Amino acid sequence: MPEPTGPPERGVREAELPMVDARQVHKSYGRLEVLKGIDLTVGRGAVLCLIGPSGSGKSTFLRCINHLEKIDGGELFVDGDLVGYRQSGNRLHELKDREVCSKRAEIGMVFQRFNLFPHMSALDNVLAGPVWVKKAPGGPSKERARELLARVGLADKVDNYPNQLSGGQQQRVAIARALAMEPKLMLFDEPTSALDPELVGDVLDVMRDLAGTGMTMIVVTHEMGFAREVGDTVVFMDAGVVVEQGDPRRVLTEPEHERTRSFLAKVL
Amino acid sequence: MIAGPGAGPPGGRRDGGEDAGSLKIVPVRHPGRWVASAVILVLLAMLVDTLVFSHLTRGGVREGRFQWGVVGSYLFDPSVLRGIVVTLELTVIAMGVGIVLGVLLAVMRLSASRLLSGTAWLYIWFFRGTPVLVQIIFWYEGISYLYPHLSFGVPFGPSFVTVSANSLDTAFVAGVLGLSFNEGAYMAEIVRAGIISVDEGQTEAAQSIGMSRAATLRRIVLPQAMRVIIPPTGNETISMLKTTSLVYAIALTDLFTATQNISNRNYEVVPLLMVASLWYLFFTSLMTVGQYYIERYYARGSTRSLPATPFQRLRQGLFRIRPQTPSPLTDPPLARPHA
Ligand SMILES: Nc1ncnc2c1ncn2[C@@H]1O[C@H](COP(=O)(O)OP(=O)(O)OP(=O)(O)O)[C@@H](O)[C@H]1O
Ligand SMILES: [Mg+2]
Repeated sequence: MPEPTGPPERGVREAELPMVDARQVHKSYGRLEVLKGIDLTVGRGAVLCLIGPSGSGKSTFLRCINHLEKIDGGELFVDGDLVGYRQSGNRLHELKDREVCSKRAEIGMVFQRFNLFPHMSALDNVLAGPVWVKKAPGGPSKERARELLARVGLADKVDNYPNQLSGGQQQRVAIARALAMEPKLMLFDEPTSALDPELVGDVLDVMRDLAGTGMTMIVVTHEMGFAREVGDTVVFMDAGVVVEQGDPRRVLTEPEHERTRSFLAKVL
Repeated sequence: MIAGPGAGPPGGRRDGGEDAGSLKIVPVRHPGRWVASAVILVLLAMLVDTLVFSHLTRGGVREGRFQWGVVGSYLFDPSVLRGIVVTLELTVIAMGVGIVLGVLLAVMRLSASRLLSGTAWLYIWFFRGTPVLVQIIFWYEGISYLYPHLSFGVPFGPSFVTVSANSLDTAFVAGVLGLSFNEGAYMAEIVRAGIISVDEGQTEAAQSIGMSRAATLRRIVLPQAMRVIIPPTGNETISMLKTTSLVYAIALTDLFTATQNISNRNYEVVPLLMVASLWYLFFTSLMTVGQYYIERYYARGSTRSLPATPFQRLRQGLFRIRPQTPSPLTDPPLARPHA
């Protein structure tokens, strides 16, 4: 696993910067304000679990982090850089499409509905990033893609197409696909919500291993057991604001806010 | 038919002691089907008779009704073969240009820029709204009338190359322009339908690994859109092959014009129309087969196991013909669900 360290020329002080730093992040779709000032930070190597009711803006926040959505207000830093802008002097330049792409390439994302490329085998799905985006040579990339698939327990499914795989297997290919880009940050949007209960464990195991290697992760999830065991922080969001955050054991067992309490009563 | 749980052997209840395997199966009869088959057989016999055997006297000479001899003698006539080449060239070029234009216009229509999507809309509106025949003749007459000198260079500035319209094969160019500009409008709608049929999650996933918009379109969206694009494109190609015959109006010697030129000389009108028809049929049949295999190729990943090819099905079919009525002896699991 690549150690999630910044580029070598960065000083020690910068290495202490949080991986993600959101300050009063706002996002609206038309007149619907979905994020109403989100403040949170994710340290390097930390695992943050994001919980909250449906429609509270969890997916939207994740999508803002890798610039699939543009924020309307506030500041959002990833690895010390403002998302979507490049600073030179005292000016902010909006990033060109190409620059946005290379920023996204450093952030892995795993979706609720897997979104594997159905016309490509598992191996080619994992190879897509290294070969098409990084223009890495085919031979070594293939070796590494096989290793990644083996790491998520799918050494024997290399040549299968997505529709020949179970949901849990597809999601593990999707994780391998994201890891193939050697990201410094991984975003998981309800990675186990579309899975049959008996398949959830395999995917969570892979994520637990990944957290163990020091990967910085933001995980939107309803798996409270996972949040308690793996999460360094749990953040409870409701209606576009962060209601409560802190150590998982405290937030999940003795929440301070009534809204957190009633949400947990429903999901536990 | 009899596979449901608890379904008895055909013919009713299981009476005590009697083994279902020893009962005789009486298949359902379809009297309507028999009548229809008889009618169709009679009609087919009449068709064969009129096509092959029937004779008649024209101008004092008794000859076959359809004069297959004459058809045969012109089927491979050199001018007909040259016409076929022109027809195929027109089809391939017009479809090629049409497909490229179609992809371009479809992407433009889906673009966030109002100017781009508006331009594409206008193009489609114009070329779908005027008859191809008019467009072909328009280009034929229009090229030398409107643009006697075609020049390539800086817009509104100096030009580097100038071609006199007279030096071009005007008829062929007009044919290609008319057919392909029109085709572009139709292909644009087909490609657009294909693109929007691909799940948005695919674009997101591609972008999340850092793929550019162009790469996402080319590597992820279009290959999946192909499943929706190919069948109507096959129809368009077949339709194009036949539509090329409209160049008859500008005296370009394609297959149809070649046969017409011959019959204008020898007055064998019907046999030469049949020569043209036979050739069109031959090529459209070839295309149908080609389309089938292309569709199969792009079905990868969308069906778990590919359906059998017609040849494979034919082979299976030959072996399936005999045991049509399920025999209680050879199909025990069906006939005796409780056994
Ligand atoms: N592209 C969009 N256009 C308009 N509204 C949107 C769009 N995407 C999301 N929304 C709205 O934003 C709100 C937050 O959506 P979001 O997907 O972030 O919620 P969520 O917390 O992830 O919910 P869930 O748990 O159901 O996934 C919802 O009310 C949703 O309808
Ligand atoms: Mg969501």
